[in-house]
Amino acid sequence: MGALTLSNVTKSFGKTDVIKGVSLEVSEGEFCVFVGPSGCGKSTLLRMIAGLEDVTSGDVILDGARINDLAPAKREIAMVFQTYALYPHLTVRDNMGLALKQAGVARAEIIAATDKAAAMLSLQPLMDRRPAELSGGQRQRVAIGRAIVRRPKLFLFDEPLSNLDAALRVATRIEIARLHRELNATTIYVTHDQVEAMTLADKIVVLRAGLVEQVGRPMDLYNDPDNTFVAGFIGSPQMNFLKSGLLGLSSETVGIRPEHLTLHPGGGQIRGRVNHVERLGGETLVYVTTVQHGMLTVRMFGEHNYDVDADIGVDFDAAHLFHFDAAGKRLR
Amino acid sequence: MHKARHSPARSIAAHAILIAWTVIALFPVFVIVINSFKSRKAIFGDPLALPLPENFDLVGYTTVLAQGDFFQYFLNSLIVTVASLFFVLLFGAMAAFALSEYRFRGNTLMGLYLALGIMIPIRLGTVAILQLMVASGLVNTRTALVLVYTAQGLPLAVFILSEFMRNVSHDLKNAGRIDGLSEYTIFFRLVLPLVRPAMATVAVFTMIPIWNDLWFPLILAPAEEVKTITLGSQVFIGQFVTNWNAVLAALSLAIVPVLVLYLIFSRQLIRGITAGAVK
Ligand SMILES: Nc1ncnc2c1ncn2[C@@H]1O[C@H](COP(=O)(O)OP(=O)(O)O)[C@@H](O)[C@H]1O
Ligand SMILES: [Mg+2]
Repeated sequence: MGALTLSNVTKSFGKTDVIKGVSLEVSEGEFCVFVGPSGCGKSTLLRMIAGLEDVTSGDVILDGARINDLAPAKREIAMVFQTYALYPHLTVRDNMGLALKQAGVARAEIIAATDKAAAMLSLQPLMDRRPAELSGGQRQRVAIGRAIVRRPKLFLFDEPLSNLDAALRVATRIEIARLHRELNATTIYVTHDQVEAMTLADKIVVLRAGLVEQVGRPMDLYNDPDNTFVAGFIGSPQMNFLKSGLLGLSSETVGIRPEHLTLHPGGGQIRGRVNHVERLGGETLVYVTTVQHGMLTVRMFGEHNYDVDADIGVDFDAAHLFHFDAAGKRLR
Repeated sequence: MHKARHSPARSIAAHAILIAWTVIALFPVFVIVINSFKSRKAIFGDPLALPLPENFDLVGYTTVLAQGDFFQYFLNSLIVTVASLFFVLLFGAMAAFALSEYRFRGNTLMGLYLALGIMIPIRLGTVAILQLMVASGLVNTRTALVLVYTAQGLPLAVFILSEFMRNVSHDLKNAGRIDGLSEYTIFFRLVLPLVRPAMATVAVFTMIPIWNDLWFPLILAPAEEVKTITLGSQVFIGQFVTNWNAVLAALSLAIVPVLVLYLIFSRQLIRGITAGAVK
């Protein structure tokens, strides 16, 4: 229950093509994250799966049935929105139970289902409040509860953590991961934040301008990116890109993760100046300005001291280089 | 900038201007109301004087209330205004929802067409409207007035409401769709309550011209049993003699219902006018 297939789906608003042909398989129970810069069409693609936007061409298939023309309520999906979208005139319990009520489920059953979802999210003390009487974090938990109550084939999340503060974002992220383990339901989760994508996903779909750049498990994307876009998007701080020619290599550009660069005050292959140092306690980030390659980020474990504006050399481990051609495609 | 806005001098100046404006605007109403309680001689002797025990006279009110049909006129005005208001708000909100929510061919054109009525006065079509009403046998009915006033009020209602409805959260409407609410439920239960301030604004701007209108009642419904109060009050204004006591009393009474309706809407109205200005 809950296997989703997109086969070459496209979406145009008038003359603008927003989704330019996306094919994708999400298997049952999988946690799939759509990630990409803002405006790349993530939400549009999610709304097409939900049935809130019609599909211009291609097929949306859920459990083997084509659902292109099915109304959202008939698709057995549930969605959590960035702005929570709770019904302001209903209590938390009624918010959570509305879908079942619309589907004609008996009252006792609705109460049982909402109680169960409330227990999973510790919402019991809030059941009789209205959304206006809740904090942002509580509202989002209610919205998640509303999705759970329906026991859908497919959970859809559209940037559910974007309106929360940093601490709450981490807490809710952990909660979503736990719920997914408990319910084991197929989930599609949209975010522009690659940390959320890396921490939650079984499978990440990187989108750019309406096209899929790469699909894979988080560590596959991190360790084996297909192109400079994915290499630069996944991982924080960003991968460094160096000009191959200047290093005597045959490719166009080479990428290297900040943790694979080392600093040598006296030597090093690339000379530069320390631009800025960020000490985070557990790790230290040193930003080095070089004449030939622009700014490079070096990441080290523990606490280190470097003087800003000091001359410094940077070395890299050739085994960890990623080679890319002029179009940004990976050379393997 | 922030400081300047709160300086006492500015605040006093602003209040002085607003108070002056209020006095000027309310003065005619005030003169009408005080004179309605005075004898005829006192009205002409010193129109600006307050009613005193020696010239206090309720003859205007007794004349108006003795004029048997006055309550009927009153009722007619109320029926016509409330019914028109209801249809303007209902159809205006529905059209605004369609224009703001659904993408369809000709959406913008339809919006412009509906807004055109703001610029073109409906009175230009009086002759055609009268012919229409004669042909459909609606002359001398309140229905005729309700139809005309609904048409007159719709353009502004659609214009204002569609702007407000565009700002209602798409996520909320979409959540409703996923939970299986019909488009009608989404409209009536989710969207309408959120645009209540805008509805109140539209209600006030629609109601006042209807209540005060003399033109269409005179042309479409001059018969005794369907006369509105504005038209009814005209019986006291003759070509040679005008019963000023009665006219002033009738006008004073006519203010009351609008005032009541206004008070009902005003709390919402203030929010409607300042929405967007204050975030
Ligand atoms: N209703 C619409 N009409 C026209 N263009 C739209 C509409 N909705 C979204 N778009 C365009 O589609 C693109 C993708 O939007 P969206 O899916 O919201 O991006 P994301 O969620 O990845 O930030 C944007 O360029 C946006 O301007
Ligand atoms: Mg989005």
